Order: sequence, then C-alpha cells, then structure tokens
Amino acid sequence: MTKKLPMQQIILILQQYWASQGAMLMQSYDTEKGAGTMSPYTFLRAIGPEPWNAAYVEPSRRPADGRYGDNPNRLYQHHQFQVVMKPSPDNIQELYLGSLKELGIEPLEHDIRFVEDNWENPSMGAAGVGWEVWLDGMEVTQFTYFQQVGGLQVDSVTSEVTYGLERLASYIQDVDTVYDLEWADGVLYGDIFKEPEFEHSKYSFEESNQEMLLSMFDNYEREAKRLLELGLVHPAYDYILKSSHTFNLLDARGTVSVTERAGYLSRIRNMARLVAKAFIAERKKLGFPLLKDHALRAKYLTDNEKDLKGDNN
Amino acid sequence: MAHNFLLEIGLEEIPAHVVTPSISQLQQRVSSFLAEQRIDYQEIKVFSTPRRLAIQVMALADAQPDIEEEVKGPAKKIALDSNNNWSKAAQGFVRGQGLTVDDITFKELKGVEYVYVTKFVKGQPIERVLPELKKQIMAMTFPTTMKWGNYSFEYVRPIKWIVALLDDKVIPFSILDIVADRTSRGHRFLGHEVTFADALDYEEKLMADFVIADADKRKQLIKKQIEQIRLTNNWNVVLDENLLEEVNNLVEWPTAFTGSFKDEYLAVPDEVLITSMKEHQRFFYVTDTAGKLLPHFIAVRNGNTEFLDNVVRGNEKVLTARLEDAKFFYTEDQKQSISDYMVKVKKLTFHDKIGSVYQHMQRVGIIAHQIGKKVGISNAELVDLQRASEIYKFDLVTGMVGEFSELQGIMGEKYARIFGENNNVAQAIREHYMPISAEGVLPISKIGAILALADKYDSIITFFAAGMIPSGANDPYALRRAALGIVRILKEQQWHLDFEKLNEVLVLALATNTTGLPTVVIENIDSVTDSVLLFIQDRVKQMLTNADTRHDIIEAVIGNTNTDILTIFEQANVLMVHKDDADFRSVIETLTRVIRLTKQNQVTPDKVDTRLFEDASEEALFIAVEDVINNIGNAPLSQLYTSLAKLVPTIVTYFDANMIMASDKAVKNNRLRQLNIIASLAKQLGDLDNLVVK
Repeated sequence: MTKKLPMQQIILILQQYWASQGAMLMQSYDTEKGAGTMSPYTFLRAIGPEPWNAAYVEPSRRPADGRYGDNPNRLYQHHQFQVVMKPSPDNIQELYLGSLKELGIEPLEHDIRFVEDNWENPSMGAAGVGWEVWLDGMEVTQFTYFQQVGGLQVDSVTSEVTYGLERLASYIQDVDTVYDLEWADGVLYGDIFKEPEFEHSKYSFEESNQEMLLSMFDNYEREAKRLLELGLVHPAYDYILKSSHTFNLLDARGTVSVTERAGYLSRIRNMARLVAKAFIAERKKLGFPLLKDHALRAKYLTDNEKDLKGDNN
Repeated sequence: MAHNFLLEIGLEEIPAHVVTPSISQLQQRVSSFLAEQRIDYQEIKVFSTPRRLAIQVMALADAQPDIEEEVKGPAKKIALDSNNNWSKAAQGFVRGQGLTVDDITFKELKGVEYVYVTKFVKGQPIERVLPELKKQIMAMTFPTTMKWGNYSFEYVRPIKWIVALLDDKVIPFSILDIVADRTSRGHRFLGHEVTFADALDYEEKLMADFVIADADKRKQLIKKQIEQIRLTNNWNVVLDENLLEEVNNLVEWPTAFTGSFKDEYLAVPDEVLITSMKEHQRFFYVTDTAGKLLPHFIAVRNGNTEFLDNVVRGNEKVLTARLEDAKFFYTEDQKQSISDYMVKVKKLTFHDKIGSVYQHMQRVGIIAHQIGKKVGISNAELVDLQRASEIYKFDLVTGMVGEFSELQGIMGEKYARIFGENNNVAQAIREHYMPISAEGVLPISKIGAILALADKYDSIITFFAAGMIPSGANDPYALRRAALGIVRILKEQQWHLDFEKLNEVLVLALATNTTGLPTVVIENIDSVTDSVLLFIQDRVKQMLTNADTRHDIIEAVIGNTNTDILTIFEQANVLMVHKDDADFRSVIETLTRVIRLTKQNQVTPDKVDTRLFEDASEEALFIAVEDVINNIGNAPLSQLYTSLAKLVPTIVTYFDANMIMASDKAVKNNRLRQLNIIASLAKQLGDLDNLVVK
C-alpha cells in the first residue's frame, strides 16, 4: 500500500467502484438497526423476483457490544459498507476482489481467502450461505448468498457483500485501535466517536429506562401489526426495526428474563414474516415493476399463490 | 485402444470440511456408474482443492462390451392364437426388439410358458455413455446446499466451469448455463485460464498455474514445509491431523510461514493461546523441546513466498488483537469473585422450556449428593461435591468464556484455583463436561465423575419431560452423547446406581424444592422416567453390540427390570465368558425350567420345611442350595454363575426323582419354595429365557 487511505476515502472509493458496477448508491436508512442487512434496501428488496442492485453505508448499532470506548475493536455502533446484487452476478467474487484492488489491496501481495461462514439471523427469519473473507488472516468482509428472508425461500438469490469498515480501515491504515483511525483530514475516529461510544455504553448498560423500553416494545409491536393489516408495509417495517432495537437495548441490560428472551425474539420473527409476505403482495399489486424481463414478470404475476407459500419454519 | 477421461467441476470455494467427503462421493458415483455401464477401466485418480473436484479415469475401454440379452415376452397362450398362428401381441413384441418371430423360443417361468427372445445388444462407444455422468454430478449431496442467481438448482457452492475430456475430445453436456469444455482455471491470483489438450495434461498443467490438485501431494508438501521450519528453529510442532486436513483444503498452493507474538501474552493460560491460534486462525502452535509453549506459530498461506512479509504482519496483527482481548479478559475476570458470577448465572438460560442454568445446577446438586452417598465417598468429599455443584457453571459468564466458548470448564478450573477453591472442586468443574465426544476422555476424579453423571442425568430427564426427545438423526441437545457418557462413567468407575431410586429422590426434591421447573415439566417427570431408562439402556445395548456381544445375551441382560447399568455389563460379561462351556446349554435350560415353574405356580413365601422331604434328592438339593447362599455373600456374578452351574446336576437329579406338582398341596408348595430360592439366584444373571441354547 502506497498511501494510507482515510476512512471517508475508503467509503468514496467503494461507492465509486460499486456504482460503476451497476449498484445504485442508496443512503443510510434513518431508523436504528443492528446491521446493514436490516435496511429495507436489503431485507425487503431481497424478497420476491425483482432485480435489485444497491450499495450504501450503514451505521449499525449493537448495544451489547458497547465497551465504553475502551476496547480497540468492539463498538456500540460500527459502520458497514453494504452491497447487494440480485440476482447474484456470475462474477460476484471477482467484482468483490476488484473492489479490494481499488483500495490498494493487491491480491498477489496478500493472502485472501474465502472461508466458509453461513450467516443466519433467526429473529428476522433470514439465512444464507457464504464465506467470511480473510485478508492476511483478518476477517474483513462477510459474503452471503441469501436463501431465506422473513421465513420465505427466495425466488431470486441476492448476493450480499458486507465490509466491516472499521476492520478494513484498521488494516489499511495499520492502526491497533479503531479510535486511531483517520476519518478525514487529520480528524480521528476517536475524535468523533469516542464520546458517543462511552455515553451509549453507559446508557445501554446502566441508565436505560427498562419500564419505558418494555412498554415501547409492546407499543411498537402493536403499531407494526396494525399497519400491516392496513397494508402499510414500509411504516410497519420501521416499527419492526424499532422493536428489534428496543429489544437489543433491553437485552444489553441483561434484565430480560430467560424465558421472556425467547418470547421477544419470536415476536420479532413473527413480524418479520408478516412484513415479508405483505411486501411481496404489495409489489405484486404494482406488477413487479423492477422486473424488466417480460416473460419472468408474466410468470410471477400469474403465479397466484406460490409467492406467499413456504413460511413453515 | 485404451482411453483416459478427465472430469473437473470448478466451484466457488467449497467449505474446507466438505472437500474430502465430496471427492470420495464423486469417485464412488463415477465408479458405480462405470460398473453399471459395464465399462472397463484401470483406475480412478482423484483431485480436490477448495475450488475443484476432479477425477481421471485411466485406461478406459473403447466401448461397452456387446452382450446377448434374454428378453421375456407375452405368455405362450397369448402369443399363439387358436390356429397356432402368431398373435398380434407376439408380432409386436419381436418387432419392438428388432427381431422376427423366427427368433422366438419358449421357456417356463413359475409354471407358465412364456415367449423369449435372445437379443444382441451392441455395446455403446464410451463417448456416447460418458455424457450421462452429468446426472451423477447433479445428484451429488452435501451437508449444506445453496441456490444462486435465478436458478432453482442447489449445490454446495455455485458451479463455475466443467471440464470433460476424453483423451483430446470434449465430452459434450451442460449443467445450467455451464457447457463442459477443456478450459479450467489456475490459482485464483497466481494463475490464469488453463486449457488442456489432453485428459492426461491435467495435473501438470495446473501445477504450472500454481494449483497442486492432488490433495495428498499438497498435504505432504505442507508437512514437509512445516518440518523444515521445525528443524530450522529447533521447535516441537503438534501436527494436529484435523487442522492439517482443514488447512490443506483452504489452499491450492501452500506456503508455510512463521509468525510471533509478544512474550507477555504467555501469561495467559496455554489453552487460551492454543485455542486462539488453532480454532480461530488455523495456526499450528509450537513448543520448545521440553513442551513449553513458545510465542511463535506456523501458518499456511494460499500463495507463494512473494510479499510474505505482508502476510506475516497481517496474521500477527490479527492474533495480537485476539490475545490482547484474551489477556484483558483474563485480568478483568480475576477482579470479580465466584459469587459475583453466580449472580449472573441466575440470568442464564438453560432452555426456554426448562428454565435457567442456575436452576439446573440446583437440581444437579440434589442428584449429585444422592449419587455421592450411594457410591460411598467420604464426608469431606461430599462437602467438596456440594461446593462444586453450587458453582460449577460460573465460568460461563466470565469474559473469557464469553469470547472463547470452547474453553468452558477449562477456564472454570483455572479461575476456581485462582479464587482459592480446593483441588477437588476445581478439577470437578472441568471434568463435569466429560466425555465431550463419544470416545472422549472420562472424568478421573470421583467428584468430577459424580457431577458429570448428575449434570447429564438432569439434562436428559428434564429435556424428556419438556417433550424434547431425540428422534432419528435429530438430537440437537446431544442427549444421546450425554446418555452414553453416563453409561461409560458408571462402567469406568464400577459404580452400581439404581436409576429408579434416583428418580424417586429427584421427584421428591421437585415437590419440596424450588428448582425452577415449570409445572408442566414437573408433572411429566414421573411419566418419562421409564423412557429415560430405556434411552440410557439403548446406549448400553450399543456398547455391548460394539463389543461383539452375542445378540441373545444382549436381550437377556437388557430390558428386564434391572435399572442398574453396571449389573447389565457384569451379566453380559459372565454369560459371554461361559457361553461356549460344554454344560452351558444344560445349565441355562435347567435354570429357566426352574424359573418358569415358579412363575407359573406362585406360592406364598415361606421357609423350606425339611420335615416334608420324601426323597434323599430333596435333602441333597436343600443342603447344596444352603451352601451356595452361605458362600455367595457379596461375591461377583461370575462366582454366582459357577456355583449355580455346579448346582445344576443336583437340580436335574431332583427333577428326575420328584414330582414338583405333587398331589399333597403342602409337599407341592414346599418344593416350589425350594425352587423359588434357586430362581431368585438365577434371575440375578439376567433374563435367561431370552438365551438361545438350542
């Protein structure tokens, strides 16, 4: 590597690269979530037969991973660079390796490997098959072919490439702690995020209002279900995201009793399933407009019940 | 002329653990296919890397051999009409076979005469047969499969290319959009496209493009490179076979290299360091000649020696981050106490339907205490067992086990010592997980063994009571392994343990203690105890079968009312030792006759009254039986068998001389009482009725 890329430069390069490969540059979605996968630009778009190619940065909140800004690698909120391409292109691995080259990572100068890692998010009824990508032994990317989303078997397979931006940048800039990463122009990651990391950790582990969170979860769930009945898929999905994050906050405090924990997860899973079905039904009403292949489109539009089946697990 | 055939399936990276089983499967499929097609060949060579599964079939025959095949047609009465002319059915049949009615013969099958023709089948040339291999490729099975693109076909990973070459000719077929051809790919980064002119070019051509396709050769090369490093540095390397196998299936062009970490991390327990290196990074750890862990490692890169510095530095950095975490946890964990951790354990789920780990521990404490008393450990040991059962899961909530879950128990023991627990307690914490595999090491200490038994028993019975009973291949909580663990421990420790009594204690405890089981589970416990016992006995059966115990002997010792595992093994052992004795048949027949008679004619228990004896043989048997009883005491079952065998001639004489079912009721009952005593002794050897002695 000749120069050390600041984090924002890494993001710009990845955006530039994937845009040139046909991905639409979307923006971070404005509701708290644990991973880029939970953005509607991945979760909802992975369902159904319509093609979808998008790339975006997703700030991802994981309250239980907060470490008060003390741990060099663990964060309450980290950043993912998410690329989804559906149907998965034949050369998706090569496209990914091309992105590393753009970042100055020449495969011949390193050891890059695809090591089996099948991904699963049971609370969202989502599962996929793929790898973690090792760069000289460090896991820098999660690579997944979605097989099931919201409990539905997928029609068209989404390939998902998720870069852990802090990990990747730590490697590129050769720093030992994320707080020493340069975000831009002499401003360090720590300058921006150390304080919020501390505060969010303090909040999540010590100060969160349990009663309030519990009643918020119930309210969010009720609202999501009501909206689903009205066919308002996207507002419903927002409330599902909110309930998921609220549960994560409760879980971080460790006060959700053992049996309740499973109960909450299954409530989120149920909502994820309902929204997946509702989304596909709505897209169908619209005539699957993103599906440009007329034959396929006709097939899916006449295929009455098939899309809504398969939710048995 | 003999031919050579090459088949290569190019894939996106196959999971390392799937590579070897998959190539064996492909070889198996191809060899069965060729056998079915009657095609001769000399051998099948196999090649496998993370990106390819390939076979070379050497010295194939030109074609299938021609054969004469007998084909059965309609019955004679249908083939000939009333005028003895060939019917439409007969004519149609021969036409279908490409023959004429002149070729018909008759043959009888199960009393009916049928039309037969002998057909000459010309063998197909192999280029016509080989495309059918496509079905074999598509029928491959894998532990996990996936779809990709818009296809509905599932495979281990997406197929990228297929090479199918018979000598210098492509065998045409296609799977999805992939057309079989002669072009493969070399190493992902070092290599290029590779085109084969001939099927035999395979290995050499790939080698030139940085792929060692032969998995064995690749493995040997890795071993050689590691050996070289070992010699240069005067290290000891533990060449873990599983790790070597995995590493071998993560690379196409291996280059072993060394890296180091700072001495300060050696303060962290070896197990933690080894886990970080081996499980997380797939590194081989190294020691000095005395076996002391060194701050170095050996790893294998998928590439050549160029820019190796980058690779070394990167791998060292990753390991350092992990070890830094480990060191942090090791220090932080020691700042808290066991009682701090136990507060957190109360929040830990055992299973949603069963409750918390803490509640599980409470039940285990009760069971363990009961077992401890039964097997006769000292009071001091009972105290240690009590302490161990109160804390033995505390390490689950430490930072270290949170990060390195495979170190559960191991860290528990280490931390317990640091926190001042005594040796018995600390060791039991580690040992209670044992055995961790079917053949795994068993606990050495008695307290560890008792805790292991109690922990496993409570798991099995509560999961059963909550309706989670293993069936078929579905055993997500590894209850079979737990049951096998119980059986192996009891056998190893030579402990007699009556599960029925254990259940009584447990049920009693559940009624009087707050051990946290949901009511529905408590209500079910009583009703599942029998199936739990059978479940455990099934493991005994499995062990006896594995030890080549005769089938009828297994039947005789299992499934009767015996609820003590060790006795089952002892019975099986005694019967196996004597099964070939000359008198085995008469001993068993005589004893089963005694048992049957007493079963069919029950009498109120009482002493044998010598005044009612009518024959000398009665006196003789009485004395002989008394003798057996007086000498048997607590002697092992082997001695009981020998004594009973010696008694048998006396019993036979007794049967010959006396009518058991005498008309005098008092005499009859007295004789039955004598037989009852013998029967109760004989039953200790098992359910002798099940033995086959004919």
